[in-house]
Amino acid sequence: MSTDKKTKNWPLWEIFVRSKNGLEHRHFGSLHAADADMALENARDVYTRRSEGVSIWVVESINITASNPEHNGEMFEPAADKVYRHPTFYELPDEVKHM
Amino acid sequence: MSSKQENIRLHGDKIKYIYGIADNSLILGQRLGELTGHGPTLETDIALTNISLDLFGQVRSYFQYAAQISDGEVTEDDLAFLRTEREYLNVLLVEQPNTDFAFSIGRQFLFDHFHILLMTELQKSKDDTLVAIAKKSIKEVNYHKRFSSDWVKRLGDGTEESKEKMQTAINDLWRFTDELFHTTEADEAMIKAGIGVDVKQLKDTYYKNVSEILEEATLDVPELKYFQKGGKKGIHSEHMGFILSEMQYMQRAYPGAKW
Repeated sequence: MSTDKKTKNWPLWEIFVRSKNGLEHRHFGSLHAADADMALENARDVYTRRSEGVSIWVVESINITASNPEHNGEMFEPAADKVYRHPTFYELPDEVKHM
Repeated sequence: MSSKQENIRLHGDKIKYIYGIADNSLILGQRLGELTGHGPTLETDIALTNISLDLFGQVRSYFQYAAQISDGEVTEDDLAFLRTEREYLNVLLVEQPNTDFAFSIGRQFLFDHFHILLMTELQKSKDDTLVAIAKKSIKEVNYHKRFSSDWVKRLGDGTEESKEKMQTAINDLWRFTDELFHTTEADEAMIKAGIGVDVKQLKDTYYKNVSEILEEATLDVPELKYFQKGGKKGIHSEHMGFILSEMQYMQRAYPGAKW
């Protein structure tokens, strides 16, 4: 059983749940577990006990590479004034959903 | 004795048979409920109390049915909360305390492997209501079995300390397993009628399944000649009175209370 030596906690896992078939998995939260199997069972009990989901993905948090909030200026702000990148100049047929 | 309580007592073998099944889930559910907010981790806390709620859900179905086939105006709550200790017919195993996490898991593990066999066979009963309850319960019980078996393997095949604790729990609880396969007079009558499950026939499969997991968990399978019994006849261990006084407190202090 692998444990974080410093905190003696089990590693942290990010939980993604698909609420029904056809939709994508969405991030639901995080929890502690010793390994992937335990993370799945814990996620089942913590996040789907009110029938919130039909499928669960678990990813150990350590495997996620996150952008640095200090770099938000260069990363995200340049996109703010480029309204022409939004596909709002097209007419979408009614049949197209989830856009 | 009130006429209401009289009515609870005036029932046939079927009601006693239902108690024999439902009281196991009721008392085990109460034991698991004691762990609410006590972990050992948030995740296992919620998992164990989920199991508790599954069991209470099953108990409700059984008691609603028992109340329905009783003569008088008896409700599911009366059956759950207003019987005396000797009228509860659960096995001794389920009333054993949450000594530590290994004991809670061990008790669950030893019960779940029995429970799944019972539910599988109950689906063949001639009683449609019991068949329906068994069909609904079996998915839940399958998950309970998976959860407790996984934990037995984790703790058994874990650290030196976890292995020792798991082995101690299994050794201590083993003496309560034989009673799972005893039958009362009411049980025998129900088996004869094609309604009840002959649990005696489940014994070999049970010990085989349980031993397989224990071996996988690198734990020793205890060898015992003498087992404890009594719960099925209403003769309980010293723990039962404490469980009931806590469980029945609200209904006794505020009869008929609802929320």
